[in-house]
Amino acid sequence: MKGRGVKYLVAGVIVVAALVGLIYSGVRDSMVYFYTPSELKKKESEVRGKGLRIGGMVVDGSVRWDPQTLLLTFQLTDGQGTVLVRHKGTAPDLFKEGAGAVVEGTWMSDGYFRASTIMAKHSEEYKPPTHSETLESKKELFKSILKKEGGR
Amino acid sequence: MIATLGGFTLFLALGVTVYAGAASVVGARQGREDWLASSRNAVLAHFCLVTLAIFLLEYALITSDFSLRYVANNSTRGSLTRYKIAGLWGSLEGSILLWEWLQSLFAALVVARYSDRGPSGSRPLTPYVTTVLQGISVFFLSLMAFGVNPFARIFPVPPDGRGLNPLLEVTDMLIHPLLLYLGYVGFSVPYAFAMAALITGRPTEEWLRITRRWTVVAWLLLTGGIFYGGWWSYRTLGWGGYWAWDPVENASFMPWLTGTAFIHSVMIQERKRMLKVWNLVLIILTFSLVIFGTFLTRSGILGSVHAFADGPVGAMFLAFLSLVLLFSFALVAYRSDHLKGRGELDSLVSRESTFLLNNLVLVGICFTVFLGTVFPLLSEALRGNKISVGAPYFNKVSVPLGMALLLLMGVGPLIAWGRASLNNLRRNFLKPALAAVALTAALYLLGMGRAEVLAVFLFSFFVIGTIVFEFVVATRTRARTTGEGMGAAFATLLLRSRRRYGGLIVHLGVVIAVIGIAVSSVYKVEREQTLKPGESMSVGRYGIRFDELAAGERPTHVLVWATLTAFKDGTPLRELTPGQRFYPNQQSPFASVDARYHLTEDLYVILSAFERDGSAATIKVIINPMISWIWIGGVVILLGVLVAVLPERRLALLTVRAKAQAA
Repeated sequence: MKGRGVKYLVAGVIVVAALVGLIYSGVRDSMVYFYTPSELKKKESEVRGKGLRIGGMVVDGSVRWDPQTLLLTFQLTDGQGTVLVRHKGTAPDLFKEGAGAVVEGTWMSDGYFRASTIMAKHSEEYKPPTHSETLESKKELFKSILKKEGGR
Repeated sequence: MIATLGGFTLFLALGVTVYAGAASVVGARQGREDWLASSRNAVLAHFCLVTLAIFLLEYALITSDFSLRYVANNSTRGSLTRYKIAGLWGSLEGSILLWEWLQSLFAALVVARYSDRGPSGSRPLTPYVTTVLQGISVFFLSLMAFGVNPFARIFPVPPDGRGLNPLLEVTDMLIHPLLLYLGYVGFSVPYAFAMAALITGRPTEEWLRITRRWTVVAWLLLTGGIFYGGWWSYRTLGWGGYWAWDPVENASFMPWLTGTAFIHSVMIQERKRMLKVWNLVLIILTFSLVIFGTFLTRSGILGSVHAFADGPVGAMFLAFLSLVLLFSFALVAYRSDHLKGRGELDSLVSRESTFLLNNLVLVGICFTVFLGTVFPLLSEALRGNKISVGAPYFNKVSVPLGMALLLLMGVGPLIAWGRASLNNLRRNFLKPALAAVALTAALYLLGMGRAEVLAVFLFSFFVIGTIVFEFVVATRTRARTTGEGMGAAFATLLLRSRRRYGGLIVHLGVVIAVIGIAVSSVYKVEREQTLKPGESMSVGRYGIRFDELAAGERPTHVLVWATLTAFKDGTPLRELTPGQRFYPNQQSPFASVDARYHLTEDLYVILSAFERDGSAATIKVIINPMISWIWIGGVVILLGVLVAVLPERRLALLTVRAKAQAA
């Protein structure tokens, strides 16, 4: 039965080798490095063209949104460094100024980060709002389009 | 009051559980029936106590007793009662209590089912099964008693609670988590039987036979939970997808993969007495991955949308996981001489080899998913920099492996045991293969050009072909030999070999889902544009006109919605009203998706931004072809499993009744 053992061994090795190769190429092609804005500034020269994730806080007052071109720009900071981010398209639900966000994309040579995806971080610590909101105060925001009855 | 009573109940339950587990061992070792009886009563008492704890917490949730921190964090006065109830599994402490309650319920079911009557061979195993299950409960109860107490107080008592995340206040919240928890806990029963078989040194085919139905039902619940989660995410989360390779999704996927491998490999052991150790490893892995998944998601070690806050829980789960692995593999090593397989593989071209390959691929996928999920942790530990691999990694690695699995799904159920002759291969596979090639060529001629989708269709047609072929041949043979009509022959066939044909129906469901996944991910079209009232955008054959923006008050939130008219090839189709929901005390809005769901393609629209005066709205349109096939596949899987596991007597009764009616 020696010959048969070898046959199974060879089959097993082929399967495992295929698996390892698949994992290796998968990892190599989709590795994404995680940096904070200040780390990115330091490593600017070596990160060009690589897949990157940058995590930080969205700077208050930095978010600009152009509805016509769908261009969203904002600054991301870790307290030491700040990165300008551009993204084509809208941001996810939880994205807002002063909150954490992670952007994925590439560092462009003309000094901005082109994000392909924005991931907003849900703050895990619950902070009670400074003043309690009611449905009325939310309604006030949309006065001009508010319908009395029905709709959908 | 409730806090004191609840805390006391949990401590009492912990004591009773420790006793139940210990008494069971003493009774079995010394053959003392009175100890065993006492242990059984303790198991039932344990279940009653945890049930009481659940009632107490639910009572506090429903009556908005905000003196409990858990209630204050997960419930609010304004919620509907059903979402107050769902608050029980809205975050960590309550989920652990629910888990432990299911654990105690299953232990009670095992005691009730197997200790007196039960199938042969279950009686000597049950005491040790009880010990293992009580051991698991001891962990969960200790977790609550010393780590995350669901009955902890809060002071000062807040006037109103924080409530569930508005995203969770939907009916799906009542179904998806429960299915997953039932599936997770369900796998602990076959695991406990496996350990009991090792402890007692009884034949390892016995526990497989006894737990077969448990395993399949646990698998179904887990599968259902995963499918349901995808469906929920797709309909409500507003990103147009159903699966993101998020760590928590992976955490449910990994035990599903090993569980699926297990369901297949037990057939080899039953038939050939092979793979004894392998099957033990698979059930140990499945149970460990359930615990590992909970560790990943509850420890906060990986960021995830599903994750709760971190705390000491992570360390406790890790300790428990190590204990489970050590205990289980030590037992396997201890009984290793007992576990020598008798059979041997005769040929590479045989059902055994195919199943073995299927197992390798499933475990391979599990390993790649595991690696991708923990990659950030690994890279940080080994090289000090945070590197993650995202969805592209998972897709790239799992697609080829999934294709291999698809092909094996066609070959496995029909290929001969032992050694498949050329004749056997030709008889079973030639026609399905030719049909698959012809149908795929037809699709190509009809304009389907993407190679990867064509490959999926080729393999899928092959699998469907083998299943149809098998059903037709078997029905015809039976009709010829017994003289029954084709319909009757088909029905008796389903009944006689329910496991086999139920399994084939499950395969059919998987293929349907795979087609949906492949087509919808490759042919998905997405477009986003800002429109003024009256303006239109076009996506594929569809046109979308923005008519009006409006806002309205709802019981819990303010809804802003855009009224759109959808056109297909120029003719008006229907109105679509995607919106955003604004909740008090929530800074960001939540999407309210609208879609036209259809068998061929879904037209899915999102209101992604708007001007508050109604002068413009940014609309995202996604066309998802054949995505509904995924959900249909899920339903077919459910039907297949039901055929396979429904008790014989009940089915027989049904057919007798049907025959009587027909006569």
